[in-house]
Amino acid sequence: MSTAIDITDLHVTIGGSHILQGVSLQVASGEVVALLGRNGVGKTTTLRALMGLVPRSGAVRVGDQDVTRWPPHRIARLGVAYVPEDRDVFSALTVGENLRLAEQVAAPNYDGVYELFPELRQRTRQRAGTLSGGQQQMVAVARALLNEWPVLVVDEPSKGLAPRLVSELTDVLARVSATTTMLVVEQNLAVVRRLAQRVVVLDHGVVVHLGPVADLEDAGLMRQLLGVSA
Amino acid sequence: MSARRGSLVLGGVLVALLALVPLAGWHIPWVLPSTVNVLNATGTLEVLALCFIFAGVALGYDVLFGYTGLLSLGPVTFFGTGVYVFDIALTRWGWSLAAALAATLVVTLVLALVLGAIALRVGGIAFAMVTLAFAQAFYYLVEDNPHNLTGGDTGLALASSRLPGLLSGAVSNTRSLYWLALVYLVLVGAVVRVVLNSATGRVLVAVRENEQRVEVLGLRPFGFKLVAFTLSSLVAAGGGIVYILLIGTAVPSAVASITLTLSILVMVVLGGPGSAWGPVVGAFVYVYLQQYLLKVAAEPSFASLPAVARVPLSQPQFLLGALFVLFVLFVPGGFAGAVARARARRASRRPAAPAIRGDT
Amino acid sequence: MTVLADLTFSAVALSAVYFLAASGLSLIYGLMDVLNFAHGLFMTLGAYAAWDLTTHLTSTLSAPLNFAVGVVAAILAGAVVAGLTELWLIRPLYGRPISQILVTIGLDLAAVGLLLGGFGSNSLSMPVPLWLFEATHWGSLNLPNADFVALIAGVVVLVGLEWFLRRTRYGIIIRAGVENRDMVRALGVDVGRAFTLVFVLGGAMAGLAGLLNSVVFSGDLVSPLQGDGLLIFAFIVVVIGGLGSIRGSAVAALLVGVVQDFSNYYLGTHPGMAEIGNLSVVLLLAVVLEWRPRGLFGGTL
Repeated sequence: MSTAIDITDLHVTIGGSHILQGVSLQVASGEVVALLGRNGVGKTTTLRALMGLVPRSGAVRVGDQDVTRWPPHRIARLGVAYVPEDRDVFSALTVGENLRLAEQVAAPNYDGVYELFPELRQRTRQRAGTLSGGQQQMVAVARALLNEWPVLVVDEPSKGLAPRLVSELTDVLARVSATTTMLVVEQNLAVVRRLAQRVVVLDHGVVVHLGPVADLEDAGLMRQLLGVSA
Repeated sequence: MSARRGSLVLGGVLVALLALVPLAGWHIPWVLPSTVNVLNATGTLEVLALCFIFAGVALGYDVLFGYTGLLSLGPVTFFGTGVYVFDIALTRWGWSLAAALAATLVVTLVLALVLGAIALRVGGIAFAMVTLAFAQAFYYLVEDNPHNLTGGDTGLALASSRLPGLLSGAVSNTRSLYWLALVYLVLVGAVVRVVLNSATGRVLVAVRENEQRVEVLGLRPFGFKLVAFTLSSLVAAGGGIVYILLIGTAVPSAVASITLTLSILVMVVLGGPGSAWGPVVGAFVYVYLQQYLLKVAAEPSFASLPAVARVPLSQPQFLLGALFVLFVLFVPGGFAGAVARARARRASRRPAAPAIRGDT
Repeated sequence: MTVLADLTFSAVALSAVYFLAASGLSLIYGLMDVLNFAHGLFMTLGAYAAWDLTTHLTSTLSAPLNFAVGVVAAILAGAVVAGLTELWLIRPLYGRPISQILVTIGLDLAAVGLLLGGFGSNSLSMPVPLWLFEATHWGSLNLPNADFVALIAGVVVLVGLEWFLRRTRYGIIIRAGVENRDMVRALGVDVGRAFTLVFVLGGAMAGLAGLLNSVVFSGDLVSPLQGDGLLIFAFIVVVIGGLGSIRGSAVAALLVGVVQDFSNYYLGTHPGMAEIGNLSVVLLLAVVLEWRPRGLFGGTL
């Protein structure tokens, strides 16, 4: 099995704080890996560094390309779709404009996206800033699925959503994972269990645990790593 | 510790040498900015005195820009306040020297606190814009010549009758004005050093690096920024006072226009923002080049040059602007940054990253 | 009543020029965080390009045609110089906003110095159709034709800009970039091209503003410092309107134009108050910022 994402000894320093201190992790093609850890340990920064959105050192490879020095738009065009944290949609743009902005291939799959999120079809002319939190998250995920890219990077899809929406969204991501490599940051362990095959746990900017998703059932280990009971 | 003592000794020697310049009647062809090629000629001393004045103003401005990380576009407001309040008090109202000095100090202090408190409500670019707007308001005000106080466009000449003989504008007094300007620069250098080496100075740098972290420590950045703003304003006003004593006439386009603000900014960036001596070097280079280029353009042979060479060379503003662009592009951190990099290279350590802090 | 109407009309014409100057600045700032001091230069160069062509190359054409050549020249000069500025000076300094501001300051100083050396500091007169200096009479109203030209230019640009920003892909990229540049990049869009584009657009509008400023408000004169004078007011308009907002710029331009013209007319004749119009504009800025630190329309396009 080939490697889709290969991060080696990743360091990030922002505003004088050494946030990532040598993170290494791999995601194989077709695999779903969940990135776990307490708040503020560097999960979001890892994803942003992968996308080229923060200055970084170390090595980042996507497929067979070394993208460490690439700008974000070239990394994305390799086929890496990104759903940022806090359902970061363009609030001044309409839903339709948000999707149009994301078009990068000749035939974007609008039908597929609207099939997954029928609600968005009626709302294409509505300003994204006036949507509910759940609808905004749908726009953010739809934007990432439009080009049917092989790799999907998702930052806390369930954060702040009502339980019903979380399960709807998890269903969608589960369907997508059948054909897509995924690296997902998630605090909701039920979501992680449904999606991921492997987990990577970060603490204070370094990887402290790598293992199969079954490790979540080791309550003692999880309490030690995440400070929660699984 | 010894490095600091070393630079203090070096600075002391330099100041002593500069203090002796008015006594040295050496003939030096070509390099001097005045038309007479004698070191202690009036023209040369005047240009050097201008260098001292703007070096002081640039040092004060750098407390705000280089150390605290605030891009103000309004230092000219306070330089102009120093010039005009002092000039008006002496010339229009006939006050004594001491009264005029006190009035200038009080007006500057109040103005700096009030305008600073308003402008510092916003940060970043908005702060630059607000300070620029205040500076323009000041410019319009002095141009308007309210109650016939400022003389408007024609300017306001300083009446020297209330000044002690040594400082009155006569040409023979250029020497004492030269020393006065040197004293001003040394004084500013000392005050700025003391403040920056104090606990307050360390908080200012912390504000530049990360304002939130300062707040987390329970300190209010606003108060510290206001201190930096006020200090740099007082320094600028002091420079204005020495300037009007030296030059003798206040004209809005020279002492209150945005051109002067930009000049000060150019001096600091050429020399190296946030460094102990960078702004001084920047001011010397700027003032000297400006005056020297004017001298070159006035040479009789200059008119015979082809237009391609004559037009750019006749405009100090063009050459200084172009130099400035080159420095911003290729010499981050100005002279001080270049020296720091050269030293780091010699010590074969990784190059330090001075440039303009907070410029990311 | 007629005085009021005449005054309002000329204030709106002034606002149109402010809008042309400010909207480009606002887009550039909104998208790139660059406070572009060279915008004054783009205006001045627009006026000089028009002056040079209309007095030398095409002076034998009929007056209206010659003026049309001037308008095109002004727009092209502004656009080309602005585009090159972005590519050669701004692009190498991406990620260093303060250096970007400084480099535009240096460019403005250097280029204006060159203009002063080449053309002298005196104003030069440009050939324009005499029709521009006549007025159209509507009942008791006397509306100067030059003001009409400025007003029409302002409205055409406002409508065109709104269309561009809402209907084209690059317009959407620019609006999205003003909100969150990084996220646009992460969607696979090369924002760098949009950067060059806003400079070209802003430069084109600035060139036109410079020419109109000469024709409408300076009695057909061009001078090396005209753009820098206009720039200060354009900055004020941008800050009042909200950095990055086109509608904000339009509303703020109206506000500034009206305040300036009215206070000049009613107060400016008193002794020692010749600059009252300019002073009131600065006062207006202070009031707006105290009330809304992010400007009237801060943060939306």
